[in-house]
Amino acid sequence: MSRGVRIVFLGKLADLAGEEAREVDAPLDWQGLLDALPGPLGEAARGERTRIAVNGALLADKAALQAGEGDEVALLPPVSGG
Amino acid sequence: MARDVRLLAEPFNPGQFIGPFTNAHPGLGGVCTFVGEVRGGEGQDAGVEALELLHYAPMTLPGMEALADEALARFDLMGIQIIHRTGVMRVGEPIVLVSAAARHRRGAIDAVDFAMDHLKSDSWFWKREKRGGTWHWIEPREQDHADIARWG
Repeated sequence: MSRGVRIVFLGKLADLAGEEAREVDAPLDWQGLLDALPGPLGEAARGERTRIAVNGALLADKAALQAGEGDEVALLPPVSGG
Repeated sequence: MARDVRLLAEPFNPGQFIGPFTNAHPGLGGVCTFVGEVRGGEGQDAGVEALELLHYAPMTLPGMEALADEALARFDLMGIQIIHRTGVMRVGEPIVLVSAAARHRRGAIDAVDFAMDHLKSDSWFWKREKRGGTWHWIEPREQDHADIARWG
C-alpha cells in the first residue's frame, strides 16, 4: 500500500478532477499541492471559497498546509445542505 | 437524550423519530420539528428528477454534532435531534429533520431555525440535482448566507 498523501476532491471538484481522490508523494505543502493540481483544479484550490482540511481538521490558512505520509488532504468547495 | 445526531443513507419516515424523541423528554413544554423534503413541481423546481447529497465522513457528522452542541448551549433546551440524509433522493422524500424539546416554546422554535440555517450553508454537504438526465451542482443562495448571518 502506498504511503503518500491522499488528496480528496469533494462536490464539483471531483467532477473537475475526474476522480474522487488521488495519491501524491509525501511530504506535501501548499506549493506542492498547487503543482500537483494543474489547470482548473489548481484555480479552484486557490479560490477563496475553497477550504482545505487535513485529516478532517480545517486549515485556517491554506498556505500553511503541511501533510505527511498517510495524511488525507480534502479540497472542500462551497457547501449546500438541507 | 440530550443530543441525537445521525446521517442516514436510506429513506426515513419522520414519524419514526418524532414520537420517540418526544417521549424521551418527559416534562417538556413543547417540541418543534422541521422536516425538509425534496421539492418538485413548479417554477424553477419543475423537471427535477432526483437530488443527491454528498458528504465527507471525517467532517460531516462531527460538524453536525458540534452544531447540536452549539444549539444546546445557546438555547434553553431539554434535547435536540438532527437527522440528515445522504445519497440519492426522489421528489417528496425527506432530506432533513430537526427537532428540539424545551420547557418553553421559544427556545425550541429558535433552536430549530438556528440549526436549519447552519445545515443549509455551514455544514459539510454538497448537493446536486438531476434534470433531463444531467446532474447539476447546487450553489448556496444569497438568501442562505443572509439567513445564517442573523445569528451573529
